[in-house]
Amino acid sequence: MLRHILPIARYTLLEALRNRLLWLALILVAAGLAFTQFLQQLAITESNQIQAALLAALVRVGVVFMLASFVVTSMVREFNDKVMELILSRPLRRSSYFFGKLIGYAALALALALISSLPLALFAPAPQVALWGLSLACELLIVTAFALFCVLSLTQVISALAAVAGFYLLSRSISALQIMAANPLSDVLSLGQQAVNFVIGVIAFLLPGLDRMTQTGWLIYSAPLPAEIMGLLAQTAVYVMLLCGATLFDLQRKNF
Amino acid sequence: MQHERPPSHVSAPVLALLSVGLALQIGLHAVTPEPRAKAYDLAQPPPASLLRLASLGEPIALAKILMLQLQAFDYQSGSKVPYRELDYARLDAWLSRILELDPEGQYPLLAASRLYAEVPDETRQRSMLDFVYRRYLQDPNRRWPWLAHATFLAKHRLHDIDLALKYAAALQKYTTAKDVPAWATTMEIFIREDMDELEAARVMIGGLLAGGKITDRGELSFLDGRLREIEERLKQSAPK
Repeated sequence: MLRHILPIARYTLLEALRNRLLWLALILVAAGLAFTQFLQQLAITESNQIQAALLAALVRVGVVFMLASFVVTSMVREFNDKVMELILSRPLRRSSYFFGKLIGYAALALALALISSLPLALFAPAPQVALWGLSLACELLIVTAFALFCVLSLTQVISALAAVAGFYLLSRSISALQIMAANPLSDVLSLGQQAVNFVIGVIAFLLPGLDRMTQTGWLIYSAPLPAEIMGLLAQTAVYVMLLCGATLFDLQRKNF
Repeated sequence: MQHERPPSHVSAPVLALLSVGLALQIGLHAVTPEPRAKAYDLAQPPPASLLRLASLGEPIALAKILMLQLQAFDYQSGSKVPYRELDYARLDAWLSRILELDPEGQYPLLAASRLYAEVPDETRQRSMLDFVYRRYLQDPNRRWPWLAHATFLAKHRLHDIDLALKYAAALQKYTTAKDVPAWATTMEIFIREDMDELEAARVMIGGLLAGGKITDRGELSFLDGRLREIEERLKQSAPK
């Protein structure tokens, strides 16, 4: 099976390189550095912390957007050029094709996490930057798997990108929504509010806790506890497994 | 050709992967502690210029969100912190920033006069009434209802008749819009009457009746009655 998976992964990564995605990531980091350097000049104290916090937040969102866009547009191009049908016409399992694509995009996600983390070592202690980068890699893996799931199911650029954006924003804000739902301003809950609270609770069960990942505080205050790191690794493994199951379920039911 | 094959076509390992993944995700979520907000002190608000930059051209929307966030501030860590625990100097600064972002919004003034000024703490009450007064002076014709309520609070809650008179006098002096009801601009008269400043009250009512600002027949008759009553009291109190 590996002899089928690895070439697909390799060509996926090659496509990313030829699309100059890593150069784009470098430009993003350089622009972020320049912008935060400007803001740092304005600060009268905590200038390193300001630069680290702003750069981290900027590159985090930037690489997530870049990776999700690349996964979606690259897969849609394969549909449109019938490359996917050509590959699947060969004696090859659909799961091999899927895992080949996933591994290729995952390698790209790791490269993007590395490019995003390295400049942060200028402003924060290296071990803390390493843990932040690890967390970003986990977050990018989840986003990659979800983008792949969406694009294989929806096969359209706009709908897949909208679904990924909604998923990412909701996953990062679901804890805040839960807190708001649990502590309403009025003491009496209407039936509608109770229904909304229930729905928020159910959604929270199905979403990964991205708000607990890649926290800026890890860079400028204290490193995450080992339990937090274990928690985010477990969350990544479980969620990627769930998304692999869901994508393969959909892929095996597809008629081409 | 059918667009999709039946679910029975899905292989057993994929079904197992999906089921185990879903079960683990639900299990992981169940063992993860519930998210809880951390209680923290109300911080100083950022400068208005920074807030405008952060609003990305939507200062009104940002003002509405900030107001809800400020109002919800007393609900921290799931337990209600009474308003009187808040730092009112910072609260004043936040309300001012929100009004700067959305000058036509009435919410900060309502919150100041109806929520934050109702705490059983005189210093805090006074600071919120002062906030309402200062902001009223910037836009009297739109913000008069909140100063009218502040006048009521000053008179009946704080029992500070001088403060009530100051607010009522401002209402009478600066509120010029035609759609403002007369009761709001005539409060000063009744406060002066309560202070036994009968002569001043008489002059004010006389001025109102003669000025033609009041056209409602009921109000005219009411003020006329009060004028006669004051004149009667003045006669009784005059040295014989």
